This record gives sequence, structure tokens and C-alpha cells, in this order.
Amino acid sequence: MKPILEVKNVVKQYGDYTALNSVSLSVPQGSIYGLLGPNGAGKTSLIRIINQITMPDGGEVLLDGEQLGPQHIKQIGYMPEERGLYKSMKVGEQALYLAQLKGLTKKEAKEQLDYWFNKLDIQGWWDKKIQELSKGMAQKIQFVVTVLHQPKLLILDEPFSGFDPVNANLIKDEIMELRDKGTTIIFSTHRMESVEDMCDHIALIHQSNKLIEGPLNEVKKQYRTNTFEVGIAPTNFQHLLADISTKYQTTQANFKTLDDELKLQVALPQGTPPRELLSYLMDKGDVTYFVEKIPSVNDIFIETVSKKK
Amino acid sequence: MSLSLIIKREFNAKVRNKSFIVMTFLSPLLFVAMAALVGYLANISGDEAEKIALYDPAGVFTKDFKPDKETVYTDLSKLPLDKAKKEAAEKYEGLIFVPKVADSKELVNRVEYISNDSPSMELVNKIEDVVNDNLTKQNLVKANIDYKAIDAAKTKAEVKLSKFSGEKSFKWFNYLKVFIGFGFGYLIMMFIIIYGNMVMRSVIEEKTNRIIEIIISSVKPFKLMMGKIIGTSLAGILQFLIWAVLGGILLTIAMGFFGLKMGAASAVSPDMIAAGTSKTEEMQVYLTEVLTLPWATMLISFLIFFIGGFFLYSSIYASIGAAVDSETDSQQFLLPIILPLMLGVYVGFFTVMNDPHGTVATVFSMIPLTSPIVMMMRLPFGVPLWQIALSMAILFATFFGVVWFAAKIYRIGILMYGKKPTYKEIYKWLKY
Repeated sequence: MKPILEVKNVVKQYGDYTALNSVSLSVPQGSIYGLLGPNGAGKTSLIRIINQITMPDGGEVLLDGEQLGPQHIKQIGYMPEERGLYKSMKVGEQALYLAQLKGLTKKEAKEQLDYWFNKLDIQGWWDKKIQELSKGMAQKIQFVVTVLHQPKLLILDEPFSGFDPVNANLIKDEIMELRDKGTTIIFSTHRMESVEDMCDHIALIHQSNKLIEGPLNEVKKQYRTNTFEVGIAPTNFQHLLADISTKYQTTQANFKTLDDELKLQVALPQGTPPRELLSYLMDKGDVTYFVEKIPSVNDIFIETVSKKK
Repeated sequence: MSLSLIIKREFNAKVRNKSFIVMTFLSPLLFVAMAALVGYLANISGDEAEKIALYDPAGVFTKDFKPDKETVYTDLSKLPLDKAKKEAAEKYEGLIFVPKVADSKELVNRVEYISNDSPSMELVNKIEDVVNDNLTKQNLVKANIDYKAIDAAKTKAEVKLSKFSGEKSFKWFNYLKVFIGFGFGYLIMMFIIIYGNMVMRSVIEEKTNRIIEIIISSVKPFKLMMGKIIGTSLAGILQFLIWAVLGGILLTIAMGFFGLKMGAASAVSPDMIAAGTSKTEEMQVYLTEVLTLPWATMLISFLIFFIGGFFLYSSIYASIGAAVDSETDSQQFLLPIILPLMLGVYVGFFTVMNDPHGTVATVFSMIPLTSPIVMMMRLPFGVPLWQIALSMAILFATFFGVVWFAAKIYRIGILMYGKKPTYKEIYKWLKY
């Protein structure tokens, strides 16, 4: 996949503090790209640079192979983590204003608004002021104004923070639909379950440096430990327990099955093929469960961040 | 394109605000009502005459203290002194005590005024005048000089003012010019403070709303700031124009209503007229003089100086709004703004009244922070065009310098949350 966004050796400094230390990223076209990192890692600084809110002190950012410039503002949609709208301005007027600022004509903006208001079934809100809406309703509007100008690249900073589950789901579906239509989405979050759910690429930034980047599967492969969870109803319970612990490193496992089997987590030495373990087990009884323990994004996140410390 | 969008939004947000509508249409009425109230109060305050007791057993001044509008005198000389004092303390404002002396010359420094409340300067002066007049006359008589002849010989000069162009002028007219100039200068100050505050509040609003980051991902912060300043200044100009029209209408109605009184209504107080010789002639001079003021220069200058001064100050207001999180935090930064404005008003008022073309007045009408105010005060006295142009040029040049700094603070400040910045920190932002 050709990258839509390339960040090359970007440096950002605030006085003596380095917020980004030569960070490079490559965001493939049409991906949902998770930008992860603990608080203060430098995610927001990077996002602000991509949005041309601040300028990098070094390095460059390319969108579609072109040096980032004012002409790209229209192609990017941004929903910041700290977000809000004019409280005393009417919903419709406000959305029109923000869309026109992005460079849409009034007519285009109106068409898009009609489309989204119909889609989300909120046509009646046009003349309401934000202060008259509930928080969930305001969040919908917030999302609409972010995507109104049909950006190629959508940057969502903690998109689900503050959303109730119903709205979060609704927005998630909309995001997926946009991805299917070709929009590339950058997701900045520390809610790992949504990353697991939605992202196909991730990057991890920690203490101003990029530590990990790549397709989610690849990253997970890098972090796999050749560990398997097995469930077995052994013919000789005591014998198996004693025997397996001499051959492999095992711990008690915790997964759900229907019967009361022996549940173990077995770590194979690097390079040992899993079939070796499986054939060993099959000799000892009925194998009911055999799954590779894949590291979750959460595991990877915590491991990388704590290792660095 | 986006600048005009921002200007439009800011203008609409200001103009559609209920308080703008109320202020615009109510404040001229309030102003008229207040002027009427002040006039009314000033009239009734003189109604009741002060009651003063006089104790002068020798009767030196008894005939000289004549009752007038403000004071009436009651002679208590027949009572014993302590009784007179007691009665005066109870029933009168105070007691003029003239001791019994062998030679009335000694009275120069021995007349006393005894009261509970401090007397007004006016009353003390009046008593001193009476004593002086009386004793001077006595001295003259003793020296065998005919004081009536001296009185008759005294003259009261009045210098007639006119211009080389032949127009008649009148000395009180200078006060009228000060009054008009001061009005304009004061109006500029009020507009800068009121509308500058609006700019600041609007910046703070965007910051606390957290819409700011969304907007500056579409437009440059500088554009947003300028759009805000221009949009707000247009709202200010609109309000000024509405006031000018309303004022004109109200004045016309008032003139029609009061008929012949119209002259007095147009800013000339009755004392001024009383000081002159022929009232009708004077009124004509006033009216023609008012009309010959450089009105076109003044009105155009007002707009230009308002725009320049407002731009200069409101860019500072905007950067303050960006630096703080709430209006309460802004107080410490506002003082340096208010100070030069106040300085402009007071320095302008006192120096321009003394000498509209003196060094101090001229310098302050060039310094950009005070020039919009002081120059407006000087204008009715006729300021050479090159000075006006120079002052405007300095004002706008300063604006371009200041807005550069202000934009830097603004750009950093709008994304800073949480802590109240110090001057030191803001200085650091300038270097980012």
C-alpha cells in the first residue's frame, strides 16, 4: 500500500524540552492507523504538526508525496482530544461556518450537512444552539463537522473519550464506513480495546521517540513468545503434570472450557515448532484446547513502555 | 476568503447579542436621562439657603452681611456669648464670631467662624471678602481717601478675541472646544476598553469552549485574531454610527420641544452666558464657532484614530485572552492597558486645556498609546495636517509592530491550558 502520509525525522522542541525526537511514520492509504502512547509521549505534538497548527523544528511531512502546505488543510479532518463548539451559535450556522473555513463553498457545505443530518437522523437540530443539546447530541455534531468536508485523511484524537456506548458504537460504524470508502484514519488513543478492534496498523510513541511501527499483525508476530494455551483431559493426571514440567516451562492457565480439564500455559523455546508440543500432548490424552497466546496490543504497550523505563 | 468569514461571524456574534442591542439603543436614552437628572439635581441643591448666625456686639459688620440665595444671616449679638454659641450650635450651620476690640484694625485676623461641619470654601471666601471690604474702606477713610472715587475708577476689562481671518471668537469658547475634544477622546477610550474587552472575552470563550484547536486546524491563528479584531471593530463602528444618528434625532426633537431654549441645550452652560455681555450676540458667535470647528477632520480622524487605537489595544487584549484561562485571571495583565488610556485622558485634559499646542500635549498626541485620545482633544483647536498624519503613521506603524508580538503570544497561548502564566513565561513564548 502506498503511504498517504509520511512523517520524516520530525523534531519538535519547546524551549529545552524535546517533544518529538526525530520521529518518522508512514501511514498507508486506506488504513486505520493507531497512534499509541502514554500521556505526554508526543502524540498531540505530532498531530498538531500534521494539522499545520504548529511547525516542526526539523524534518518534513508529506501528504500524498507532497510537502505539507496550506492546500492540504481541506484534505485533513481533525477531531482534537479537547474539543468543543460555540455554545451560543446555532448548530447549522456553526457547521456551515466550520465547513466554509475548511474551504467548502456554502452550497457544498449545505449539501454535505443535509447528507449527514439525514444519515444520523438529526434534521431537527439545525436551529438549536449547542447549549440546548445534550452532551451526546453535541458529540454527534462534533463528528459531523469533522468529516463534513470529506477529508482524505481523518485524524481522531481520543475519539471515544466522553462518548456514551451507544454513540461510541455509532461513530465506530461511521468510521468503518468511511474507511471502506477510502478514507485513511489516524487514531490516537490509549484505549487499547478500540485499537484491537479497529486498527490495522499501529505505531507506539513513548518519551518523544517512536518505538514500534507496522501492520498490527506484524507487530504482534514480533511480540509473540511461542506460548500456547492447552486444555487436556489426560489419561494419567499426575504423570502428565510431572512429565510436562520437566520438558517445558508451564504455568497454570485461565481460560474457559466446558469440562474440568487440565489447563496449562506452555512456553516453547524459540524455534520449537508447536506441532512438537501437540504430538506430545496427544500421546497423553484428549486435547480439547490448543491456541497460540497472541500478545494483545495492551500487552505490547505495557511491555514496551515499562521496558523503556 | 476565510478572513472575511471570520470577520462576518465575529461581527454577527457581537451585533446579534442581546446586550449589544440593549446597550446601543438604551445608552443614549440613559445618557440623556442622566444629563437631565444632573441638571435637575444641580438646580435643586441651591434652593435651600444656609442659615448662619452672626455674633458682632460692636456691630462692625452687621450691615455688610447681606442675605443672598445661598446664605441668610441672623444676628445673635444681643444674647450673651455662651447662649449665642449654644443657640448657633443647635439651630444654625455656624457662627461668625467678631470679638470686641478697641481698634477695628485688629479684626483683620481675629474674626472666627465656628461650626460643627467644615464650611465650604465659598462661604469662607465670602466672609473674608466682607471683612476685607469693610476694613479696607475704613483704612481708606482714615487716610482721607475717597473710596467711592476709587470704586468708580476701577475698570473691568474684557479682551475680545478674533482670528486674522476676521471671525469673531470668545474666550469661553475654548472651554467648549475642550469639552468637545474631551468628549471625543473619552469616547475613544471607552470604545477601546469596551470593545477590547469583547475581543478578549471572545478569545477566552474559544479557548474554554475548546473549539480553538478545530478552528486553527483550518486557519492560521493570526488570521483568526485579525478577523476577530476587525469584526469587533466593525461592530463598534456600527454602534458609534447608530449613536450619532440617534443623537442627532434626539437633539432635533429636544430642540423642537424646548423651542427657543435650543441654544442653551447645545453644550453652553448658563454661567458662560452670564459672564458675557450681550446674550443673543454671544449665542450667535457660539453657534457659528461650533459650525466652523474642523468637523470633517474631526469625524474622519475619530474613525481613523479609533481604528488605529482599537487595533493596537485589542491585539494586546487578544494576546491576554489567549494567555489566560478565564476572565478572572486576566486582571493582572489588564492594568498595563488601562494605565496609558487613563494617562491619555488626564494628561490630555489638563495639558490641552492649558495649551493645546504646547510641548506636552503635542508629544502625547504622538505617542501611539495615548495619541488617539490626546489628538482627538487637540483637534478642535486646529492641528496642522502634518501632525495628524504623522501621529496616525506612528500609530499604525506601532500597531504592526505590536501585532507581531501579540500574535506570537496568541499563537502559543491559545493551546496552553491549566496554569496561569506569568510575565516571565509569556516573554519566553515570544522566543519559541
